[in-house]
Amino acid sequence: MKLNRQSNVYTVVYIIIMVVVVGAALAYTAMALRGKQNENARADKMKQILASIHVAPAQGEKPAEVFDRYIVGQKVLDASGREVEGENAFDIDVAQQSKLPSDKRLLPLFVADVDGATKYIIPMSGTGLWGPIWGYISIDADGTTVYGAYFAHKGETPGLGAEIEKPQFSDRFDGKHIIKDGVFQPISVVKPGMRPTGNEDYVDGISGGTITSKGVSAMLDNCLVPYRAFLTSVSREKK
Amino acid sequence: MSEKVSLRSVLFNPLSRNNPVVVQVLGICSVLAVTVKLAPALVMGLSVIVVLAFSNVIISLIRNTIPTNIRIIVQLVVVAALVIIVDQLLQAYMYDVSKQLSVFISLIITNCILMGRLEAFAMSNKPWPSLLDGIGNGMGYAIILVIVAFFRELLGNGTLLGYQVVPQWCYDHGYVNNGLMILPPMALIVVACIIWVQRSRNKELQE
Repeated sequence: MKLNRQSNVYTVVYIIIMVVVVGAALAYTAMALRGKQNENARADKMKQILASIHVAPAQGEKPAEVFDRYIVGQKVLDASGREVEGENAFDIDVAQQSKLPSDKRLLPLFVADVDGATKYIIPMSGTGLWGPIWGYISIDADGTTVYGAYFAHKGETPGLGAEIEKPQFSDRFDGKHIIKDGVFQPISVVKPGMRPTGNEDYVDGISGGTITSKGVSAMLDNCLVPYRAFLTSVSREKK
Repeated sequence: MSEKVSLRSVLFNPLSRNNPVVVQVLGICSVLAVTVKLAPALVMGLSVIVVLAFSNVIISLIRNTIPTNIRIIVQLVVVAALVIIVDQLLQAYMYDVSKQLSVFISLIITNCILMGRLEAFAMSNKPWPSLLDGIGNGMGYAIILVIVAFFRELLGNGTLLGYQVVPQWCYDHGYVNNGLMILPPMALIVVACIIWVQRSRNKELQE
């Protein structure tokens, strides 16, 4: 008996076999490469953290080695500024934490040593126009002045919102204050030529990238405020 | 003897006389998107060659078993599976490039060159010619990609593969990188220039 290739039974059986075979092949590749990919993602995260203190691993240098050289401590804080035991700062999902109420969050903090000076690096996560944005901001040992910042995005418009990942934008944050005259105020991002309504420090947003700029501003606000207790206590100690 | 000649033409025709991009004008979308720099263009070209060659062979091997009424679905599944594997490999071994190419690797699935070759060639030919056809068309695509990326990176950034090639004294004498080259429209114009050059050299392509 010759197989009828046009029958419905043949078609259905054909599809089932195909899906099983293809599914198995894809699952196998994904499993086999998982370790390597996670390693890359970790290395990439380290590079981003280092970018916020103006350090870039040289060609051929392993990000992990540079990371270990500069990052001398990793802590997890709670909203009152106390250290939480038994948590790993590097593995905390900041995007998830930033959606919780600010007093319930776990707050990762990286302590960096740049040429003998201590810097605190705070991870941030928020939303731009098309999708997630995130970044790292490093703060001087006195807890008031921004040392550097790094921003990244998933899919903001190239040439407009996507400009936030360029140093031309993130360098505008250098030297800005998040504690001014003893008052804690995260930096605002405003339209070029405008000033924020409050007394806080501000940087110019990106023309044509208004919603992304607002997203950065909201992210700074949302992700820095929980660190208020920690930063104020650091700034008092230094006085 | 005659079969040898046709195998040659299967492999080499797509490079120039029957080029998928400049003659058939397929796959233009990714030509616009990934040709700002040479390195991603090379990886993208290579990925398309690999996916096209393998999918052509696989479809050709199972061409007699595929029920006709779901053949497009079968082709899509094969292509999609291969693209995902390539994407996973890039993420594992060339993380930076895969970040740059981001969504465009996945978009190989919708590249009309692939569906075109599978439907027009692999469905009715043996695996060996199909492999050559896949490699040939993939290379025809990659060549155009590389030529466009070469001019865009050279004129737009003054670099090639990230290395500075326009010497400093040119800038000192007032030479400026052409920022327009980095924008997508210039990819179309460069493609148009390639088409122009190619048509003026191949009289039989002129309409």
